[in-house]
Amino acid sequence: MSKTVAQGIVIEHFSLAPMIKRLTLGAPAIARSARPGQFVHVRVGDSYHPLLRRPLSIAEVDREVGNITIIYRVVGQGTALLASLPPGEFVDCMGPLGNGFDMETERPLLVGGGMGLAPLLFLAKALCPKPATVLMGGRTKQELWWRNVFLGVCRSIHVTTDDGSLGRKGFTIDLLPELLENCEYDRIYACGPLRMMQGVAKLAKAQGIPCQISFEDHMACGVGACLSCTCAGTDGKRRKVCSDGPVFWAEEVLDLS
Amino acid sequence: MIAVEIAGIKMKTPVMTASGTFGSGPEYADFVDLNKIGAIVVKGTTLAPRDGNKGRRIAETPAGMLNCIGLENPGVDEFVGRILPGLARYDVPVIVNIAGFTVDEFGELAARLNVPGVAGLEVNVSCPNVKEGGIAWGVDCANVAAAVKAVRRNTKLPVITKLSPNVTDIVSVAKAAEDAGSDAVSLINTLVGMTIDIHRWRPELGNVTGGLSGPAVKPVALRMVWQVARAVKCPVIGMGGIMTAGDAVEFLLAGARAVAVGTANFVNPRASVEIAEGIKDYLVERGLRHVSEIVGKVNDNI
Repeated sequence: MSKTVAQGIVIEHFSLAPMIKRLTLGAPAIARSARPGQFVHVRVGDSYHPLLRRPLSIAEVDREVGNITIIYRVVGQGTALLASLPPGEFVDCMGPLGNGFDMETERPLLVGGGMGLAPLLFLAKALCPKPATVLMGGRTKQELWWRNVFLGVCRSIHVTTDDGSLGRKGFTIDLLPELLENCEYDRIYACGPLRMMQGVAKLAKAQGIPCQISFEDHMACGVGACLSCTCAGTDGKRRKVCSDGPVFWAEEVLDLS
Repeated sequence: MIAVEIAGIKMKTPVMTASGTFGSGPEYADFVDLNKIGAIVVKGTTLAPRDGNKGRRIAETPAGMLNCIGLENPGVDEFVGRILPGLARYDVPVIVNIAGFTVDEFGELAARLNVPGVAGLEVNVSCPNVKEGGIAWGVDCANVAAAVKAVRRNTKLPVITKLSPNVTDIVSVAKAAEDAGSDAVSLINTLVGMTIDIHRWRPELGNVTGGLSGPAVKPVALRMVWQVARAVKCPVIGMGGIMTAGDAVEFLLAGARAVAVGTANFVNPRASVEIAEGIKDYLVERGLRHVSEIVGKVNDNI
């Protein structure tokens, strides 16, 4: 597995939903070695403002063609600059960085909220033909355009919305106990808001199902050098989200008692 | 052509990596050949392990960034026992940045680092992100002198003192460090700053304030390096917002005998090596034979 700095060429770049962009980059070296859960650290321009790279989850990979795809929300100046890049432009990418998901599963359940679904998309595709079940949550049905993205890459999709405008009304963790009733899953992967991941991990623990979660944080270096993104491990030792994570076993970093 | 010796530390290039921006080195080994770096200055090391500050630790600012890591590190014994051995396979001087909270701690840190593999000590009297120690030392000449003397007493290694720019007169602090036995001074550490989230009416950083680095601080750093280099006899290591070889040359012309690259590592992990190559090109283009020929050569008699 080799990490590199590559000039990815913009192949495709379009909106999936308001303020949500899907960016496909030609970056063969990164595509070859990327695993689900890893991220790329992206420069959004050549100038000093903004200065730092942006850590973005890899959402899809086409190893044969040599492409990686990122799905991101336009949240600030950096992502707005990135969003303006047309096909043919180059994007400076460091990656793939971080540790990915453990793939030892036969019957996986993926639980995601918001942009946390991006790395789970890569995971769902990589797990094929093992049938993944996906549970996704959002505030309203407008946020769940993700459903279309996951169609065809998983066995079944369960949806919750805070307002009940699509699927079950409530949070993912309200529907999760029902999905776990038949003990059908041997692994749960969660990515999204911390409270969601905490709730999912507790339910997984109660059922004795190993659970992995993926963190996000503000990062400068992306390689474990600057210590901007560290968190406390439950064993008292510190963890770096960028290089020890972003994927962790839930009990490694979350208090599940 | 660009090899230099600073306070007895032989370096292949005059470009070092600044403490806190490069881990202990191997973190970047996938991206840059560590053997081609002048020297690696490792993350600030304290006597006891530290978790660092709570909450958000970095914020981006125009042409720069703020950090308030708060000296998170595994402690000096863990560094010596577990991290330092991993650096032995690289042919690069390792300088350990040490941060004490009392005079005795500075002395104790120096004593515990009298081990093979350490090329020098950088006395951190300028961390802006811890409540005691750090900057509290660096703004007072007598405190700086006391810390340097405590280190000096306990080591034969070259001692570099890293100075804070958050002072009225950095020259007097530099002189105090030199008089106390420091073999070199490095400057600048970060400038204290803050940002506010106008939607939440809260500071963005968990520690409220943080240290500003990046290209935004370069003119301030350059001015301070120029002032200090004219006032002390010991070598000056210049840093603060260096992103390009041209930036590094400015510091050399101002009187720095070596430079350190910090925040630039985050943007370009190969920055320290590319800047050294750029300095070489600069010398070749001008028919110069050695980097020392430009040190302090700014013509400021205007």
